[in-house]
Amino acid sequence: MTAEPLIQLEGITKTFGNGAAAFQALKGIDLTIERGDFVAIMGPSGSGKSTTMNILGCLDVPTGGVFRFRGVEVQKLDRDQRSLLRRRYLGFVFQGFNLLARTTALENVELPLLYRGENKTQRRESALRALDQVGLVPWASHSPSELSGGQQQRVAIARALVTQPDVLLADEPTGNLDSERSVEIMLLLQRLNGEGITVLMVTHEEEMAAYAKTIVRFRDGQVERIEHSATALAQASGPA
Amino acid sequence: MFGSTLLLALREIRRHILRSILTTLGIIIGVAAVVTMVTLGNGVTASVQEEISSLGASNFIVFPVRTDRGTIRPFDEADVRAVGQQIAGVTIAAGNVAANATAFYNGQDWDTRVQGVSNAFLEAQSISIEEGRPFSADEEQAGKNVCLLGLKVRDAIFLPGTSPVGARMRLGGVSCTVIGVMEERGQGGNGADDDDTVYLPIKNVQRRFRGNDNLDFFVVKYDTAYAASAIQDSLVDLLRERRLLQDGAPNDFNVIDTAQVNQALGAVTGALTAMVAVIASISLLVGGIGIMNIMLVSVTERTREIGIRLAIGALAREVRLQFLTEAVVLCALGGLAGIALGFGASIGLAAVIDVPFVFDPMINIVSFVFAAGMGIVFGYYPASRASKLDPIDALRHE
Ligand SMILES: Nc1ncnc2c1ncn2[C@@H]1O[C@H](COP(=O)(O)OP(=O)(O)OP(=O)(O)O)[C@@H](O)[C@H]1O
Ligand SMILES: [Mg+2]
Repeated sequence: MTAEPLIQLEGITKTFGNGAAAFQALKGIDLTIERGDFVAIMGPSGSGKSTTMNILGCLDVPTGGVFRFRGVEVQKLDRDQRSLLRRRYLGFVFQGFNLLARTTALENVELPLLYRGENKTQRRESALRALDQVGLVPWASHSPSELSGGQQQRVAIARALVTQPDVLLADEPTGNLDSERSVEIMLLLQRLNGEGITVLMVTHEEEMAAYAKTIVRFRDGQVERIEHSATALAQASGPA
Repeated sequence: MFGSTLLLALREIRRHILRSILTTLGIIIGVAAVVTMVTLGNGVTASVQEEISSLGASNFIVFPVRTDRGTIRPFDEADVRAVGQQIAGVTIAAGNVAANATAFYNGQDWDTRVQGVSNAFLEAQSISIEEGRPFSADEEQAGKNVCLLGLKVRDAIFLPGTSPVGARMRLGGVSCTVIGVMEERGQGGNGADDDDTVYLPIKNVQRRFRGNDNLDFFVVKYDTAYAASAIQDSLVDLLRERRLLQDGAPNDFNVIDTAQVNQALGAVTGALTAMVAVIASISLLVGGIGIMNIMLVSVTERTREIGIRLAIGALAREVRLQFLTEAVVLCALGGLAGIALGFGASIGLAAVIDVPFVFDPMINIVSFVFAAGMGIVFGYYPASRASKLDPIDALRHE
């Protein structure tokens, strides 16, 4: 692969607070993620997984180190520039779904397109296509309170997908779901990954991590180990 | 983008409809108060101006006043003649004397007021004749039994469609020949109805209704090339001299300058407007703080929503615009409600206090724009607070 990697972390540190109360959550993370990967980040509670995801998602900036996204040094960008990166290249799925209440599934999915200045018909079309990808077209006009947890998370995934992002970031996407719903979500993420989207996911469950191609294990604010699963190895040696 | 921001704002307002109404109450009342007060003020000014113009077109009105000793020394024709002849610049000086009388004609009767006047008086006060003719010199000199009718008197005792000119009618115990009918005048100053009157030569009223040579007052008109104050000074000097008032003794008469009355009215109206402005600003300030408060509550309530929007890629200014739009729409709706309320209130109150309803588009437009502007002023801080939220903190907000 000649092009630069999609994501490059070099010596990333993150310190919360300052002075005596300062706490170093990340102690120098080096990580490279290639296009098309499906990465599961695992590790004990407090090991810095969410902190890393927030930095990768351009929601937060590292205290030190270099974070390159498509070659751009994100830590040098300001708030609005990072917003622009998010709206063009990134899609988010949260543990708590984070859909707008009293707003239909379709409108929730349309939301990111609003900020991309698309007109109503374009928005509707793309949102319905995204809902179709997660199998929720019949539920388009329902509000989150009328949907099950699994359905809400699929709406959230549709919202993350609707802009056709390069990367889908999911911090414990199945944390609030039973195992059956969780498997559905994993299969969905796997399918989307197969369609070319790079997926970064935090999970506590080995069964869920098994769906990923790469597992990154965190401990104490550092990367402890990187594992490539059998399927990932098989795909990597294939005619990609 | 703007269209959907507007829609979103309307939806948020509708979602908390009661809260929105209560919040904008300050603005609604403020705007309604301004619109009502200004509209009524216009009505009052219009009606007072109408009354003043009915005082007549003369520049000065002169009448005797009660002295310390409790006596009134009336003016007479000699005084009026002296003013007319001896003061440079005076073009007309003309007296007036009035009495109550009942008018009779053909079995009809009507209580009215007879006024002794001259043609000069009618000219000075710009009272014109609709039908018939003015007094002749001979009729004025001799105080003959001829009369000019006000419209109401004509309508009260003469058959509709018939001309009273030439008819002989009776005023109390005096009979007179109608020589003309006056044009419509409307409500006069001091409550008198200038259409409900009969004009006779001065001498006739003095001799047959009052039994003396007194005048109630006289009017003075002057050439505008002369300064009003100079004329007034000479007028006062001349009258003091004629009434043999010692130096230092107060005037036992009054000179009213109608231009000054107009000015005084302008000053009163100005003061009223200033008062309205103060009341309105206080009410709007309170309303504005209410808006700011509720917008801050709204930002806190919707912290998670703001977090979602920011995470999805909303720019700070887009979040700010969203909340600013909401505040402006809220205030603008309040402004519209206030205008509607003020419109209704001013129509109702105008009828109650009996002044004309004078619609002023300007005050309505200004109030509306001002109300919307309040949204920008008081919505800016909450909106910019929303836009500065940290997306991670906001998403974690319960
Ligand atoms: N805003 C913050 N201020 C102070 N400390 C923080 C902040 N965010 C995270 N931390 C600390 O940083 C460390 C890493 O937190 P992080 O949320 O990344 O953990 P995690 O690996 O996601 O844990 P979990 O599995 O429980 O979600 C924790 O000790 C946490 O207390
Ligand atoms: Mg976490």
